[in-house]
Amino acid sequence: MGRAQGASHSPPSLCDGRFCFLVRPRIKTMRYIADIVNADKMSGRSRKYKIIFSPQKFYACEMVLEEEGVFGDVTCDEWSFYLLPLDEDIISMELPEFFRDYFLEGDHRWINSVARALQLLNSLYGPFGKAYGIGRCAKMSYELWRDLEEESEADGQGRKPEIGNVFLMDRDTDYVTALCSQVVYEGLVDDTFRIKCGSVDFGPDVTSSDKSIKVLLNAQDKVFSQIRNEHFSSVFGFLSQKSRNLQAQYDRRRGMDIKQMKNFVSQELKGLKQEHRLLSLHIGACESIMKKKTKQDFQEMIKAEHSLLEGFDIRESTSFIEEHIDRQVSPIESLRLMCLLSITENGLIPKDYRSLKTQYLQSYGPEHLLTFHNLKRIGLLTEQSAGETLTAVESKVSKLVTDRAAGKITDAFNSLARKSNFRAISKKLGLIPRVDGEYDLKMPRDMAYVFSGAYVPLSCKIIEQVTLGRGWVGLGLVGPTDNPAWDSQRVILAVFLGGCTFSEIAALRFLGKERGCKFIFLTTAITNSARMMEAMIEAKA
Amino acid sequence: DDDDDLERVSWSGEPVGSISWSIKETASSSTSSLEGRDSSLQKGSSSYAAFPKQVSSYSLSSLFKGELYLSLSALSDTGVKNYTPELRRPKAEYKDYSSDWSPKDTVRRMQRGKVCSLERFRSLQDKLVLLDEAVAGHDGNVITAVLIFLKRTLRREILFRELEVRQVALCHLIHFLKESGEQKFLLDLLRFLDRTEEVALSQYREHLNIQDVEKRREFLKGCIGLPFSAEDTSHIQDHYTLLERQIIIEANDRHLETAGQSEIFRKYPRKASILNMPLVTTLFYSCFYHYTEAEGTFSSPTNLKKTFKIPDKQYVLTALAARAKLRAWDDVDALFTTKNWLGYTKKKAPIGFHRVVEILQRNNAPVQVLQEYVRLVEDVETRLNLATKYKCHDVVIETYRDLKDRIQLTAYKCKVERGSAEEDKINSILNNMQIRWKN
Repeated sequence: MGRAQGASHSPPSLCDGRFCFLVRPRIKTMRYIADIVNADKMSGRSRKYKIIFSPQKFYACEMVLEEEGVFGDVTCDEWSFYLLPLDEDIISMELPEFFRDYFLEGDHRWINSVARALQLLNSLYGPFGKAYGIGRCAKMSYELWRDLEEESEADGQGRKPEIGNVFLMDRDTDYVTALCSQVVYEGLVDDTFRIKCGSVDFGPDVTSSDKSIKVLLNAQDKVFSQIRNEHFSSVFGFLSQKSRNLQAQYDRRRGMDIKQMKNFVSQELKGLKQEHRLLSLHIGACESIMKKKTKQDFQEMIKAEHSLLEGFDIRESTSFIEEHIDRQVSPIESLRLMCLLSITENGLIPKDYRSLKTQYLQSYGPEHLLTFHNLKRIGLLTEQSAGETLTAVESKVSKLVTDRAAGKITDAFNSLARKSNFRAISKKLGLIPRVDGEYDLKMPRDMAYVFSGAYVPLSCKIIEQVTLGRGWVGLGLVGPTDNPAWDSQRVILAVFLGGCTFSEIAALRFLGKERGCKFIFLTTAITNSARMMEAMIEAKA
Repeated sequence: DDDDDLERVSWSGEPVGSISWSIKETASSSTSSLEGRDSSLQKGSSSYAAFPKQVSSYSLSSLFKGELYLSLSALSDTGVKNYTPELRRPKAEYKDYSSDWSPKDTVRRMQRGKVCSLERFRSLQDKLVLLDEAVAGHDGNVITAVLIFLKRTLRREILFRELEVRQVALCHLIHFLKESGEQKFLLDLLRFLDRTEEVALSQYREHLNIQDVEKRREFLKGCIGLPFSAEDTSHIQDHYTLLERQIIIEANDRHLETAGQSEIFRKYPRKASILNMPLVTTLFYSCFYHYTEAEGTFSSPTNLKKTFKIPDKQYVLTALAARAKLRAWDDVDALFTTKNWLGYTKKKAPIGFHRVVEILQRNNAPVQVLQEYVRLVEDVETRLNLATKYKCHDVVIETYRDLKDRIQLTAYKCKVERGSAEEDKINSILNNMQIRWKN
């Protein structure tokens, strides 16, 4: 959905003289439609045009239609489509542009959409319990949502709420997690094949045939649902066990009589066949992932990432990144590693910044000068200036702290912000687990398993601290209090503004299981490091 | 009826007479419309009184109409009631008073997607209050809508001045200008704000939309003088120089290729043009097709290396990849061989030899070539791993010997072919009484 008519560059052809465009409200798309209408006018064709904006129409779009002289020629509708349930616990707004629009350009155009999504959820499953938030966008979304609620206070009162607390978080409070290579199965599939709207295209290398297969990835897929949250290293073992079981079930028919056989064929065979098909697809996917990852020294890369997270051997990691750039390995990966270095190290030291930038431009093209400028503006890749000790993370956090309106903030958080950078936050929150011996990835003991036991995702740790009552209560925004004894308190709505990754989802699912609660995810889009980096690149108009 | 469009106002700008007066005056119009206007007029007049006196609403056309009215009334014998021409407020203007929303309500209505005319916000102060309300409402769509209105109704300098102290609104305007492609306006704004670097980058960005290489080159030439930081200026200069070189190389090589005289082009036809490729790709290309050329020619690798100050590391990696692809092992050898002043040769590399091995292996280098570089890998463990992986038996055997690891060496015997030279070598080492084995 969403990537509708206007996205393609050949005019849509319908024969009955009526055009309908289902589009996101973008100026570029309006120009495209106006060109079609004007071309028709010039050639004396008369047709009817309807534009359906999803999720809403923007005034700027109307202005373009007016300017292009087609205002009365097209009729406009809105399709208030805010929530796309991707799975039992994931709701996406399918607004990948949110990230760039808000965090890079500082445009608040999607905040209204977030507020409306919250309103919708509140009316369906609410009223919510407490609302917590971290970040400016979270605060604004909350306020706009409260505004909307006040206007339509009528419904939803006195009903038994199904969702307890709500936690809103800006993506920029934690870039580190989103920048790491994903190693849980679902995340790895997303990094490797790109999951789009909950489904993935497995190419010929996976299907071991000459055609691609589109597979829906959600809890309905019995095989996938069992491996999605697992660390990749345990997935292969699981799949082979599963195929042995399947074989055993097939084998059962050997000793069957006619009646049993009839039963087997009519009742079980279909399910087994289905499972068989899924199993072979996921095994194929695993093999393909392995092949790709060994080719690009995945081990070495993970090692470099972990050193960056822990703050060891920074020189070595820097030269690893340098070599990555020099060898023209993926431009996106190179950018990602540089950003990770920058955020974990409070920005690059000027000498490194200059040299890496120069080499990057030489390897991948000088026009990336614009990319570097964007990354600097958004705070993902910065240069330390003399005497500067503030990091992107730190200034974000301290901004929050000084934002009095955001609510009372406990001393713990204050002291954290004062002297902190990623390293200090990481230390304070224990994001790097101390491991005695090997970290058992099959039987994980904390959320760090989603990064091979090397790092607990900061975003998830914050949510844990706040929503599960480990200090810092009252951080952010306080909504209406409700009876905490209700079951709904066991369901927490985690709202990610600017996208969330499958690793974060896996980590919170794990946390939920540990603590006997359930997380529901509302995100502007599913993201990963590649999508974030790509959003920073300037394309031609 | 012309009258319908006009509201009567006195010279001072205040509406003329009472409600009953105006009803009497426009008695010709239908009663239903009068009723509608009644309340609005009341509202209008009361709110209007608060405004400062505005003579500007007096227009020539209303004067003319007034005269006409006068002459008509002179025909009737009702007397000289309308002796002086009246000032009338265009109806379109007072009609807005019928939806006389406060700035806050206006913003709120717009947030709900309702159509709302902004025309009544005419004083600068009103406009700014409206803008501030929009920003406080957190809805970017409305903020942009208000900015479009302000942009249309305010002189640039005034708008810019006010936005300078309203950062959120400023971001919205800049984003809108970028999206709608109003480059000139954008540049004016950025210049006003003294954001010179952004002015430069924003102009440089336009080159992405220029397809024609000659035009693009010309454009980039113009970019060199833009107010970039010193560091970026040299990047822009390099971008220009690179494209300039690529155009020359491309023209030459296309000619060479079509002429069919050059062996390398016959053997390895070019897959794509070199135009607009990154520098490293260009270097690879030149190492592939023009490796032996003298430094004087634009297409020679050494020339590229000098012109763009390519670091050794980068140069060696690229040259290695290109020569290995051509299986020119002698060139590879020469790349790493250095002579000291006594004439001894030594292998040296600005990159780890494990990298060299990896690149060679990827290009299917024979074992003899490969093992020479595996041997040079410093870290013993990595060396052993690579040697085992790529079946460089000699290296494995020698390493175990140096480690005095009899067990591993004995175990390795089963990895080599029976009766081969390698097996003999292992046996002779194992039988060597001089070695003091550690196990």
